[in-house]
Amino acid sequence: MSEMRQITYRQALNEALAEELERDPSVFLMGEEVAEYNGAYKVSQGLLERFGPKRIIDTPISENGFAGLGVGAAMVGLRPIIEFMTFSFSLVAFDQVVNNAPNMLTMSGGQFNIPITFRGPNGPAHQLGATHSHATECLYANVPGLKVCTPATPRDAKGLLKTAVRDNNPVLVLESELLYSSKGLIEPAETELLIPLGQAEVKREGADVTIVCYAQTVPLALAAAEQLEDEDISAEVLDLRSIKPLDERAIYDSVAKTHRVVIVEQDRPFCGVGAEVCYRIQKNIFDELDAAIARVSQEDVPIPYNERLERAVLPNADKLIAAVKKVCYA
Amino acid sequence: MPAAEQRDEVEMLWLMLLIRRFEERASQQYQAQKIGGFCHLYIGQEAVVTGAVATTRFDDYVITAYRDHAHALARGTSANACMAELFGKDTGCSRGLGGSMHFFDKEHHMYGGHAIVGAHVPLACGLAFACKYRNEDRVTLCFFGDGAINQGAFHEALNLAALFKLPVIFICENNLFAMGTSVERSTSLKQIIDRAEGYDIPGCVVDGMNFRHVRDTLSEVVASIRKDPHPAFVEARTYRYRGHSMSDPASYRTKEQLEKYRLDDPITRLRAQLTREGKLTNEKFDELDKEAKRIALEAVKFAEESEEPPLEKLYDYTYANGAVKAAPSLPKNNSAAEKKAAAAS
Repeated sequence: MSEMRQITYRQALNEALAEELERDPSVFLMGEEVAEYNGAYKVSQGLLERFGPKRIIDTPISENGFAGLGVGAAMVGLRPIIEFMTFSFSLVAFDQVVNNAPNMLTMSGGQFNIPITFRGPNGPAHQLGATHSHATECLYANVPGLKVCTPATPRDAKGLLKTAVRDNNPVLVLESELLYSSKGLIEPAETELLIPLGQAEVKREGADVTIVCYAQTVPLALAAAEQLEDEDISAEVLDLRSIKPLDERAIYDSVAKTHRVVIVEQDRPFCGVGAEVCYRIQKNIFDELDAAIARVSQEDVPIPYNERLERAVLPNADKLIAAVKKVCYA
Repeated sequence: MPAAEQRDEVEMLWLMLLIRRFEERASQQYQAQKIGGFCHLYIGQEAVVTGAVATTRFDDYVITAYRDHAHALARGTSANACMAELFGKDTGCSRGLGGSMHFFDKEHHMYGGHAIVGAHVPLACGLAFACKYRNEDRVTLCFFGDGAINQGAFHEALNLAALFKLPVIFICENNLFAMGTSVERSTSLKQIIDRAEGYDIPGCVVDGMNFRHVRDTLSEVVASIRKDPHPAFVEARTYRYRGHSMSDPASYRTKEQLEKYRLDDPITRLRAQLTREGKLTNEKFDELDKEAKRIALEAVKFAEESEEPPLEKLYDYTYANGAVKAAPSLPKNNSAAEKKAAAAS
């Protein structure tokens, strides 16, 4: 096995795009500022130069239009990667993502699958206000026919995006703006890295409590687990990586070991991802639980611009640690 | 001068008859409650889709809105598969899973059947984008009603098509009413065709009640696009004899208006033209009409006798290459469906 190397989350996504564009001529990247500007967050840096304007395509600000164009192109076998500058803007294309992409296979009696990838940053970043801070995973995971993944590390970002592009269904790769510059270990560039959708990963082993997390809450959970170690609480950190399909087996295995669960999610509490995970745990392995499940999520308000208030709305280490202590009766 | 290849006119008259007789049967079956949901009839507008397919190739792409029975039939989907779809049967063109508003037929390049007004216009751009991407000379025919031209998706799509020079013909079937709202009450422009100018897309108006006018105009448009890919816009002025859907008595329009268009019937007109030119006898017309009626009636029988889509396949079409599976040790989340299936068998 060759040496692992350290790259950023942004570079990892860029590698995934380049590799898939190189591998399959039916793959193209389309979105606002993806070509000449090199991407609003520089994820597509250098791709126009390498693959040309036929395959790296700038669009006007018309999310509904270009998302729909992607769905139409996918109907006849192209494999579009549609970048939303942020998933908050995907709401303008909601009809295409929710009504057209995932319904087509059923509505056509199995004739038209839609091999499309929608990707871009998702979830609250920093002081962007309510319109630019949506965590859309719970909205999209609610829709049959869509797959949703939420990479938290460079390695997962690359492996999941490559898998998404090869999937024959509409897949949403929900990236995190706050993680673009974060670094992590990854296999050498020449290694084909594919991470299956629907496979969670234990990011840290522990014995006393399971912290279920994904996306931005993974680094948060890892930091909290460190602190808890000092207080003799051994926390297992389980990164869902995919919201749909959901790796229920991994959740149950961890809960069967620790018997206590805190779910820390970046979305909102009402009908959020944590609500679903919580329901499934109590339904399927209720007897393994030694305490009621706790959830840490956003507060149920539109995200305020003010920094102090924004911090109060979002999940943080203090809230997570308090929740862990509560379920551990510590 | 028509430039693209054209199909036989008697054959096209026959196609219009088939569409008309099929929909008359569908209407009757809807009233007999054999067909569920919504059902939007095309009767009166037959010259538009028929004129368009008369001058395009079988491998060109067709996509339309929810008033889609005629477009599937015109592309060559069998009356049996269309009627079975209306009946919600497994033998339907969308296996009974789409219904009246969602007819699909991959083999005949019929890409739906789309029921959110305007939402398929971007899809048409995607079909045309794929043709250009692959250096194919196919043309995409995108049909929609006058109601669609006020949707955001329509405007975004036209701009993209013009910007990317996509080989797509936007065919607005202007039947004067978006459901019950007249064009004057819904659209700021006096003429729908002027929408095209706003996007620098060449446009023209055709008499949508006149098969030859539709065909000959489109023929030139198609030839121009094949030579050099670009979008075009055609406003076909037409009329639907029935209400917006089966449940609409169309009380928002006058009897006089309806009668005026009925007198301009596209089938009657083409029949008269062909008869006058010695290409069609009354006997031949009667024979064609009888055959159309027979096929429509047979389609009802076929649909009635067809099986329902199997319950155990309920989850088969949600994801390509298999369903999103639950953890192995769990009860399957389709247990309710399975129980029903067991009870039914």
